[in-house]
Formats: sequence, C-alpha cells, structure tokens
Amino acid sequence: MPNRSDIQTRAARLRMGFEAAGGRVVDPPLLQPAGTLLGLYGEDIRARAYVTIDALRGEQMLRPDFTVPVVQMHMRDGAEPARYTYSGEVFRRQEIDADRANEYVQVGYEVFDRDNPAAADAEVFALFALQVRDLKLRAATGDIGILMAAVQGLNTSARRKAALMRHIWRPKRFRALLDRYAHRVSVPAPREALLSTDGVLTGSSVEIGKRSRAEIDERIEALREDAALPPIAEKELLALEALMAVRETVPYALEQMRDIAVDLPSISQALNSFEARAAALAARGVDVESLDFEVSYGRTSMEYYDGFVFGFYAETRPDLPPIASGGRYDALTRQLGQGAEIPAVGGVLRPDLMLMLEETQS
Amino acid sequence: MSLKLGVPSKGRLMEKTFNWFEKRGVSLSRTGSDREYAGRVDGVEGVELVLLSAGEIPRELAAGRIHLGVTGTDLVHEKLPRWEQQVEQVEAMGFGQADLILAVPQCWIDVDTLDDLDAVAAAFRIRHGHRLRIATKYHRLVREFLTDGGVADYQLVDSQGATEGTVKNETAEMVADITSTGETLRANHLKILSDGPVLKSQATLWRSRVAAMSSEDKETLKQLLALLRGDS
Repeated sequence: MPNRSDIQTRAARLRMGFEAAGGRVVDPPLLQPAGTLLGLYGEDIRARAYVTIDALRGEQMLRPDFTVPVVQMHMRDGAEPARYTYSGEVFRRQEIDADRANEYVQVGYEVFDRDNPAAADAEVFALFALQVRDLKLRAATGDIGILMAAVQGLNTSARRKAALMRHIWRPKRFRALLDRYAHRVSVPAPREALLSTDGVLTGSSVEIGKRSRAEIDERIEALREDAALPPIAEKELLALEALMAVRETVPYALEQMRDIAVDLPSISQALNSFEARAAALAARGVDVESLDFEVSYGRTSMEYYDGFVFGFYAETRPDLPPIASGGRYDALTRQLGQGAEIPAVGGVLRPDLMLMLEETQS
Repeated sequence: MSLKLGVPSKGRLMEKTFNWFEKRGVSLSRTGSDREYAGRVDGVEGVELVLLSAGEIPRELAAGRIHLGVTGTDLVHEKLPRWEQQVEQVEAMGFGQADLILAVPQCWIDVDTLDDLDAVAAAFRIRHGHRLRIATKYHRLVREFLTDGGVADYQLVDSQGATEGTVKNETAEMVADITSTGETLRANHLKILSDGPVLKSQATLWRSRVAAMSSEDKETLKQLLALLRGDS
C-alpha cells in the first residue's frame, strides 16, 4: 500500500498539472453544513457521509466530495468563465465493506464555462486521460442528457415525464414507472378500488398530520386523470429501451442512436451535442474511434450528473472503484445557485489508487 | 473463565426467556434485590448470567464481552452492520414476534404501496418545503429498505418512544416502528403499508463469533447447546 506522504506528493503533482491547464487552486472547508447535502441527496447521504453536530451550527458533514462546496463557492462569488483545481481528503462512511477506504485523497478539476460545452467536456476528459496515461486504464463514457431528452420527448403527460425524470438515477423505480405507464403491469387492487369510488375522502377516518385533505384529494384527482390516459405507445417504449441498451464505440453508438431518433425525434438535439463533443475530443487527440460509449453509464452512481459522464477503470482490478471519474452537472449549479446557473463540468482523480496500480504493474 | 449469557433484564422479554430456558432444563434466576442486576444459572456448570437491556445485547455480543445473548432480530440487524460476521443465530425462540413496518395516517386513502409513498413524498416536499418525515428508531433498516424500494424525498426523524403519537403532534408525517398486533397503530389512526414488513423479528438466541473462549468454555457451550436444542 502506498504511504500517506507518497500520496500527498503525487496529489500535489497532479494538481500542478491542473494548475498548468488554468485551474485556480481552491480549498473548501472539511466541515460542510449537512442541510445542503441532505437537500441534494436525501437521506441516503447519511449512509455515505460522517455526520457530526454542535449546538450552534447544528449538523455538519465531513465533506464527502469537493464538487458541492466548489459549486457553492463559485455561485456565490465566482467570475466567469472559471477553472478550479483542488486536492485533499474526502470522507466516506462505510457500513458494508470494511475493506473500502473511509478517507482518501481526491484531486479535481472543475470548469464553469458558458461558451462551448462540447469543448469544455473534451478539455476535462482529455486532461484526465493525460494524467492517467501511464496506467493501462479503460475509459468509459456516457451521456445522461440523451436519456433525459428522450424522456422529455415522450408523447405522454407532463406528470408522467416529471416522475420518470425524478427517477432517472434509480433504474429500478424508473423501470417500474415505465411498465406502469405502458400498461405492462396490472393496476393493484387497492388502487383500482380507490379510483372506482366516486367522490373523495369518505370521512370515516380521522384526519391527522400535516398532509391535508386537499392534498389527498388532489392526488386522487391526479391518479384518476392518469388512469384515463392512454399507455405510452409501444413504438416509443421500444425505442427508449433500445436507446438505454446502446453500448458501442462512439461512431457506432452514434449510428445506432441516429436510427433510434427516427422514433424518438426529441433526442436529435442531444445527438448533435454528442457529435460536437466527439469532434472536440478528436481535436484534442482522443482516439474517438475506439472510445467506449454507453447510454446508461453513470445512472446508478453519479446522481448529480446530467450530461457527459466518464470514468477510467483498471481492467486488471475490477474490485477497485474508478481511478478517475467526472461529468457535466449543469442542474446542480441551478439547484445551488439560488436563481443563477452556469454550465459546468469536472472530475476527480484518486492518487492512492494510481500509486497502488503502479506498484503492481512494475 | 466462564461462559457469559446475556439476557434482557426486565419485563416480559425476561420472563419469557427464563421460561424458555426452564423448559429446556436450564434454570435462570435473578438474585439479590429486585433492583440489583445479578443472576444465577442452574442446570449446567460454568455459565454466568449477565442481565442487560435488550438494546445493549447486540453491542456486547459484537464486542465479545458476552458469548451468548438473547435479543430481537430487529435490534441485531439495526445495530450491527454485517451482523452475520459478528454473531450467529443459535435458536429462534418463538416469542417476542414483531414486525418492523411503515405506517401512514388512515386518512391517506391514496397510499398503499411504496410507489404511492414515493409519489406523495415528492408532492409533499414541493408543497411544504421540507422532506416527508418518518419517525423511527430503526434508521439503518428503514433507510436501506426505502433505498432498495427507490423511495426519495423522505427524511428520518429520531423517535425513541411514543413514536405513533408523532403524526398527531405533527413532528412527523408517518412512522416506521415495531408492532405485533397493530393495535397501537390503529388506536393512533395509522395503517400499515402493504409493501413490507421491513423486517420480521422475534426473540432469538445469538452466539458471538468474536468472544474468546477457553477449552473449558467450549465444552460448556457444547453441553449448553445440546440441552437447549434437546439433543441430549
């Protein structure tokens, strides 16, 4: 195992690489207000981050990543465009696997730039590829934005689309929703009974709690409206499923997705962005012809990314997390920006894993 | 050295545990005054009785300070991550049955499944500006269950007692709690979601995988287990 000072030395060197590319060094605090992170990730973050507390500031979390504080800092007082780099420890609470590190060093690079998202994606990917060039890693790429565009373009109600969008990062629930909207599963008996009864609240049960009668009536009304809707058309559904299954090198993936776009025209714009990014990557010297692309990549682990996503993996060590990973997170800047927003893309590296791989490869 | 057996120190759980052992020829009893947590074991040599709160028994087993312990499945699963590696189930004891369930107000006639709950949680957050609150003391089990079910936009609030009352008091919108008959839930105008239970629990005899044992202790354990399983 590499020791701490070796890891720090490597981290400093990697950060210098990002500084040379134009990154300004930032150093967010170790303790982050828990409220922001809970608001973003929900209760799940408690399983992954250490929580501590004091009487004045309430719950604080040991930073589980840098992206959130860097975005907050930029949205508060950053000038545009901006490039940031950082290195330091992040903390991950472990409840299942005692062999996984609960504290490790990340080195990152984040770009906030409105001008040319394709060029910014390519800049970030190419920089990370350069930093890990001596290791034999497999690059995986994806684009959550294509799936989002497909959902937004479905020929169904706004409410259904909003529910699907909300669960893009939870494939199991996304699947269950799709099956329901396509009428592939039967309506559960209690739901059927509820919808077949005329009128709303029966008045037989005591009203308690903060959720009001009006809210309950409203949902029942929404359920009735939904039950009256036609299913999502088979043609659209098959196209969406074909899209989610696309896993190819970039040129073939594009070809397949252009075919699918005949039935899902709403993805055409996202495919144009994909093409522009491929060109920008090629211009930066990335071998796009052999670069892997997967539409569903990053759907389970990368919840704030909403566009381009990437990861670099050691194929000889499938047990390891990605050595580098990142992506585009435009929506996160909107959520943290209090009205403001800016396109943003970035990533992180794990110097400890890089050193470990070098030891075993030499 | 002796083999340490941890048993709940109070109430019906203690009585039923004593009865269960008695039936198998091992007599457990409290000694001294009613307030003093000391006890004795008759029927097998070399076993020491340790009276503890049921909630502390998982931790004591995992720390290896007791060799055997009686407590509910719910507490072991909640308090010990990767519990299989720390303790082994010896016998399910057939009492103290209770389910960890999710319950919502009966007046939520539109909510029956996790699917409904998730939809309601999303709408609730938009309307009220905070996540839907679930009162519980079983944070880990409930969180894992809801994550697995794909439910988002909820928040766990800690409640160590009188959990069913939190909805009426509007400190939570719903509860996750242990119930055996559901009577308290009904009395508090709550109903159980059909997706569940989160966990089925009963009083169980556990063995610590980490407690150190002398060869004498090992022999004692063998004798005791033979008695308890009725193999002798």
